[in-house]
Amino acid sequence: MRIFDPHIHMTSRTTDDYQAMYDAGVRALVEPSFWLGQPRTSPASFFDYFDALLGWEPFRAAQYGIAHHCTIALNPKEANDPRCAPVLDALPRYLVKDSVVAVGEIGYDSMTPAEDTALAAQLQLAADHGLPALVHTPHRDKLAGLRRTLDVVRESHLPPERVLLDHLNETTVKEATDSGAWLGFSIYPDTKMDEDRMVAILKAYGTERVLVNSAADWGKSDPLKTRKVGDAMLAAGFSDDDVDQVLWRNPVAFYGLSGRLPLDLPTPGALHEGNSILRGGE
Amino acid sequence: MTPTRKELDDRLGGAARAWLDEALAEAAHAATATHGTTPCAAPPSWALRFASAGRHCGQEHADAVRTLLLHEARADVDTLTRLYHHGTAAERRAVLLALPSLVPGPQALPLVEDALRTNDTRLVAAAVGPYAAAHLAPHPWRHAVLKCLFTAVPIDAVADLPRRAHADAELARMLADYAAERTAAGRPVPADLHRVLALAVPPEES
Repeated sequence: MRIFDPHIHMTSRTTDDYQAMYDAGVRALVEPSFWLGQPRTSPASFFDYFDALLGWEPFRAAQYGIAHHCTIALNPKEANDPRCAPVLDALPRYLVKDSVVAVGEIGYDSMTPAEDTALAAQLQLAADHGLPALVHTPHRDKLAGLRRTLDVVRESHLPPERVLLDHLNETTVKEATDSGAWLGFSIYPDTKMDEDRMVAILKAYGTERVLVNSAADWGKSDPLKTRKVGDAMLAAGFSDDDVDQVLWRNPVAFYGLSGRLPLDLPTPGALHEGNSILRGGE
Repeated sequence: MTPTRKELDDRLGGAARAWLDEALAEAAHAATATHGTTPCAAPPSWALRFASAGRHCGQEHADAVRTLLLHEARADVDTLTRLYHHGTAAERRAVLLALPSLVPGPQALPLVEDALRTNDTRLVAAAVGPYAAAHLAPHPWRHAVLKCLFTAVPIDAVADLPRRAHADAELARMLADYAAERTAAGRPVPADLHRVLALAVPPEES
């Protein structure tokens, strides 16, 4: 089973996770820029984080045979802090980078005017840079947040078929499907979606345009949830080809819209220049 | 080593060659233009090409393409520093590779020192090239050699090793101490260490 995790925050994960992911079949991933749990207080803090997504983290991933790509954006939660808002002005220099395959995560957290501004501005940046957009749907007041998100997308220059609506669930999947956007589902141990509910949604809505991710980060989460969904799909009667579509071909097709996803990825077992992660010599 | 333009042309497909032609023309234009750039000015078009070289020419050719662009633009230390600090690891590596032929003096050493502080072996390997051999002071140079041994960067990446290591008693002491530490831990001593040690031991001691 080959797996492309289209949303996982590896900055917060360990090398054991990378190894376990590789063993489970993960060969490529996208790490969206997002909130780190501790609020940032200045643009410089974002820039170091973005630089890590373009430098150190891909290097770490390569040690485990996993191709690492990222999305760059000012996340909705921190878009509300005026100290962080100037990040928007610096985004263009990041959005030209080779491994940036979308603008994201953008979207709504509390649905404030500042979030409206950041979302609209960053949808425009995506259109300007030929990138698709990864749009986070809010945890609270989710259906209203989805509708407001879709309104802003419709008003933007980015067509819905270049938008991935993420963190969907039973209450939002219908309207998201009707919008023409790509459909992202995050599988979590306790919140968001779980494997069996995901299988039920796949039975009801099919496998087209559906992406499944672990969204694993610094909170209670599981970087192997993608594999567990694949196993649950097979147990429920889906074919190997269905699993491959959801866990590999769909994320490749969506992020491939950037024109920056190398088609020769990945080489299983590859170590970067034969090296491993070393910390002081071992 | 970095291939010539002709060698690169032979390796690139038609679309990539055309892209490179345009990129080099923009860089050449920037090199001759008498413009008053300010620190806040938008990056010149060739600098955007510098960032996107991998996806247009293939990651395997990105080092060579980026190095050519830097030469064609006659990038000075300020430009190289900006590109390095605004660059991905791949872009930073290209800047480091271009230093020996673009910066005659030690002004770009802060970039080398920055790369040597990382644990990214792509950057460490690029940092210990001919520019470091020419300009890096003995203490940080010795630590760079030791870091290569620690992080399994092949010692062949260290430029001008025989001259810099020759009869360097302090380097020999550091290597011997490292070998002793490895041995005490029951771990193998890197084969490259013995090669460097043979160079560094002063003749009267060998």
